[in-house]
Amino acid sequence: MLTRDSRDPAALPRLLLTAVALALLWPGIQLAELDLGVLLAADSQSEMGRFVAAFWPPAHAPDFLRLLLDATLQTLAIATAGMALALVVAIPTGLLASRALSLSAASRGGRPGVLGQALRWPVRALLIFLRSVPEIVWALLFVRAVGLGPTAGVLAIAITYAGMLGKVYAEIFESVDRRPMHALLQAGAGRLSAFCYGILPNAAAELTSYTVYRWECAIRASVVMGFVGAGGLGQQIDLSLRMFAGDEVASMLLTFLLLVLLADGLSRVLRGRLA
Amino acid sequence: MSLRLSGAGLQHGNGVHALRGVDLHIAAGERVAIIGPSGAGKSSLLGIMASALRPTSGDLQLLEEDPWRLSSRARQRLRSRIGLIHQAPPLPPRQRVVTAVLAGRLGQWGLGRSMVNLLHPLDIPGARAVLAQLDLADRLFAQCQQLSGGQLQRVGIARALYQDPSLLLADEPVSAMDPVLADHTLRVLCRHAESRGVTLVASLHAVELALAHFPRIIGVRAGQIAFDRPAGEVDPELLDALYANEQLVSPPLPTASMELQIPRC
Repeated sequence: MLTRDSRDPAALPRLLLTAVALALLWPGIQLAELDLGVLLAADSQSEMGRFVAAFWPPAHAPDFLRLLLDATLQTLAIATAGMALALVVAIPTGLLASRALSLSAASRGGRPGVLGQALRWPVRALLIFLRSVPEIVWALLFVRAVGLGPTAGVLAIAITYAGMLGKVYAEIFESVDRRPMHALLQAGAGRLSAFCYGILPNAAAELTSYTVYRWECAIRASVVMGFVGAGGLGQQIDLSLRMFAGDEVASMLLTFLLLVLLADGLSRVLRGRLA
Repeated sequence: MSLRLSGAGLQHGNGVHALRGVDLHIAAGERVAIIGPSGAGKSSLLGIMASALRPTSGDLQLLEEDPWRLSSRARQRLRSRIGLIHQAPPLPPRQRVVTAVLAGRLGQWGLGRSMVNLLHPLDIPGARAVLAQLDLADRLFAQCQQLSGGQLQRVGIARALYQDPSLLLADEPVSAMDPVLADHTLRVLCRHAESRGVTLVASLHAVELALAHFPRIIGVRAGQIAFDRPAGEVDPELLDALYANEQLVSPPLPTASMELQIPRC
């Protein structure tokens, strides 16, 4: 049994953490009023059944396909433009917020100086603010400000995703081995060049895969924002849903699947190149 | 004068004294070896000399300047004239050897040049020339992760040589190399230092290599300088005292008893 020789000092904390996680999960389910029984109730089943039955065959009339193509391109454009704007904000703020770029940490065994830490906080707070408001809320705001259309979607994605990307970039920079960068700083290199030579090679694959994944999320988000009038596939799905045109919804969901597959393949190819 | 420490001490955050009251004076162009048992403070001493670690007490002069009284910009300029060779060179696994070597001059290049060099190496002949001295020119475009420990050490040395500093420091630079290669590499370092008037300070595990290549030997023990004399005056008693370890008792070899070895055929 557990003799003194084979005792692991980490065993008890791990056990306690597991117990706490389980104890927190149950009230969480209660509070969310999760009731899977509803799915099995007879009337909701027949309602859903009727709607889903209309999915087949997916709509494929030439007019509709042209409309679908336009909407898809618009969705892609919204997501890509939003991501591009988000990157413009996220890269500098990620660099500013990350402790990895600390010059003082190089000569203090990895602990950054107090002043640098204090300056990092406002940037972190900005990133928290940017991402704490959901993109759908930003979209509603911008639809009021700039009117219906893709511009609102682009701006909403840019703001929320700048917050998310900046935070995660800062953490990725901190998670890779910092010794190469410290060695370069100790040989007189500037911070930015030491970062590009010491951290970027290690972080590139993860940065790429996270960025492509976020682009994929941006495509989904732009669809959701379409429901509030920000253009793209979402607006079309909203219209088709209101008209109970299940076949059109099916075609659009299939397009969706294709887009996500595309993003996944792109991510794989890029990661393969960088690995 | 290249380097002066007076009463320098280093205390780590956990309260351990890595160095205590070190007085040291190394003139420009000198070649010095630091020897001593593991954990004696050799790496800490080199770290202070490289301005990578800040001494917690005492005074430090590097190339006529006190790095810790300078602004951080001026300190980075001073650091670009000091090269430190690491025992296990911290190189990103996917970086190419040519980029890793050319990174030695980042302190002298502007940001623009550094960025262009990242996309396309700007001084391939220069990198090839230093690597050739270390018999590694054929791995110029290999990735660092494809190299062995000894080859990586030589890439680290090539980077420091390419940096062309006035003060060259080396922390166990040949620990992962076979004896012949270690001897050759130290000769390359010494020749580089001699021909350019560079001050060379290296810590070494192998005492015979230190005695063979360096005119001045410093023995470090328990964070203090045990002796500091010309290589010719280092005798076995001095070395025994330096490496003596009271806590290390080798387990007694089991004495094989004759009765157990009766052949059974």
